[in-house]
Formats: sequence, structure tokens, C-alpha cells
Amino acid sequence: MMHTAELLSAFAAHRGNAIVVPGRGGRHWVKLTTHETRDVPLGDPAMGGHAGFALGLALAQPGRRVVLFDSEGDILMSLGMLATIAEQAPANFYHFLLDNECYATTGGQPVPNATTVAYDVLARGAGYPRAFAFTELAEFSHALPAILAQPGPVFVALKVLPEVENTPIGRRSRWQTRTRDKVVQDLRIELGLGGAA
Amino acid sequence: MNDASTVALNPETVLTHMKQNGVTDVVWLPDSETNWLYLLMKAEPSLRLIGVTREGHACSIAAGLHAGGHRPLILIQNTGMMESGDSIRGWLLGMNVPVVLMVGYRGWTRHGVTTDTAATYTERFLMAFGINYYLVESDADAPRITVAFEEAQRTQRPVVVLVGDEYHGFNR
Repeated sequence: MMHTAELLSAFAAHRGNAIVVPGRGGRHWVKLTTHETRDVPLGDPAMGGHAGFALGLALAQPGRRVVLFDSEGDILMSLGMLATIAEQAPANFYHFLLDNECYATTGGQPVPNATTVAYDVLARGAGYPRAFAFTELAEFSHALPAILAQPGPVFVALKVLPEVENTPIGRRSRWQTRTRDKVVQDLRIELGLGGAA
Repeated sequence: MNDASTVALNPETVLTHMKQNGVTDVVWLPDSETNWLYLLMKAEPSLRLIGVTREGHACSIAAGLHAGGHRPLILIQNTGMMESGDSIRGWLLGMNVPVVLMVGYRGWTRHGVTTDTAATYTERFLMAFGINYYLVESDADAPRITVAFEEAQRTQRPVVVLVGDEYHGFNR
């Protein structure tokens, strides 16, 4: 099992100019990033949608690498999205999955069949040409440059330690440094699209 | 008048409005009567078709496409729209995505009593979410499609086109 902050730190060294959708890794990524306006930390607009959002972004910006840190709870809610992504086959799309085997933000209840589901196998079965799985940071860090050197879509399942939250939602401290509107506005300016649609 | 152009919504008309309004991607899940439109869209080189397996997926994909500078259209049925409630809330309304959803109005009828509950709840659902909508039943109504695009852009909100005839193309 890896700590999410550690694996994101390992990734940060190889980020380059990629657009990063940090998903539920956002709370750590905002402290690690060196290119905030290429980050899309949205929190959780609606569960299950991070992969779709990142797919849309990758299809709209085929000349730019898009890296997503999804979660197993999200993708279990949207398994069919794997088939959609595989069919579209964006070569600039890198789909990392943070698998903590539970719903950490609701108290740590296990996801269905938590310890058994092989997400890399699901991705490959859905049609991803390349899929990997790692449980140890050293192995992941070693393999990362080669993974990023391959064309997408690539799927990488990562076993991470749960960071369970039991505080009532209203009392949790916000990690977001920008509103969602500002995040998208900053990205569009960064991409040369202007701030508004 | 009983001319085909006034009693049917031809798929060619729908495609023309898509192109006139700069649609780049159609995020869709087929319903029972969209095949003629599918064949036309598939043959149109300026459109990318993104098939989804559940209608809610279309919302987050559309949000990403919009953030990246594209102009998506969502093409689904009313049943799937209702299934997509939380995604519409979070990914379209919450992200201020100016997208048009063309929604097949299953069960719609001007005659007698509505028996299909898919139709019963469709407009109530849209009212609950505060989403404006336009009913299109034939080619004569088709300018409303462009009205919906213009409104979405002006308000930076999703706008729905309820398709009462579902592009059946039976008059071909």
C-alpha cells in the first residue's frame, strides 16, 4: 500500500506540461503542484464523473497530455466509462486509479468486494491497450517513466492507504484554494481559450 | 397542411441545426428511434460521436469537452435524463456548462391521456432542476433548437430540447 501524497510526489517529478485532474488526490496535489493553472482540482462535483471529465478534456485537447487520478469508488459507479474511454482511445490520456478499498470520505466503509476487484483487469477487458497495477511505491516510481512514455489510453491501478474522514462534512477544512469556476477559467486561459466559453 | 416537413422532425433538419450551431461532439446513448440520425451523424466528418453506457456519463464528458474548448451536444432519452439527476446537478449546473441536451420525449402525446410515466415526470423533472426547455415536434419547430443553443450560451447553463417526434425519418 502506498500513501497518496508519496505517489503523487513521485508523479510530480515526471508531470512535465501535463494537464492534471487530481480527483480525490486533490488535497495532496495542491501542495505539490508547480503549475497550478494546468491543474483541474474540482473536488467532487458528482461522484463517478472524474473519468468522464478527463476524457472530455483529453478529446478536446489532443495535443496535450491529460493525467487523471481517479478513485475506485468513482469508477465502480461508472464502470461503463472504461468502455467509452477505450473506444475513443485518446493517445494523450493517462488514467491512474487510487484504490483505498473504501469510501474514505464517509467513514471508511468498504467498497463492494473491496480487496478482490482487479481494476487493471477490468480496464484491459474494457479495451484499454495498456493497464498496470502497483501496490508498492518503489515499483511504481521505477515504472512510471516507461508508463508515461507509452501512448494512451493507459490505466494504472494503485493501492493506497485509506485516509478516512469521520468529521461531519460541514466541519471539515476545505483544501481547495480556488473555486471550480476559477479552476476552469484559469485552465481555459492557460490553453489559450479565453476565460469564458 | 399534411406535408411531411410539418408533421415530422427529419433527422436532416436536426443535423443542420447541430452544424449551424458549431457542435463538435455528440455525447449520446441511443434510444429506440434515433437510428436515422445516428447514420447521418456518423457520416458527418465535422462531428465526433461519443457513445456512453449510462446517460449521466454524458454530463461529465460534456463538462470536460467544454472546459477544453469544444462545443458538445448531449443526445439522450427522457428516461436517461431522469437517471442522470446528480450528474446534471454537479457536472452541468454546478460547472456552468452551456450545453444543449436533446432529449427524446418518450411517451409524449397531444392526444388522450398520457400513460407512459417517462412522459409524466419529464417536464416536472426539468422544472425541479430549474432547467429551461423547448418542445420540438416537427421541422416547423426546428428553429427552437437554435434558440436553445443561443440561450445556453447566453446564460452559461444547460438548456433542453424535448424532441416529441424523435427523428424517426419514417417519411423517407
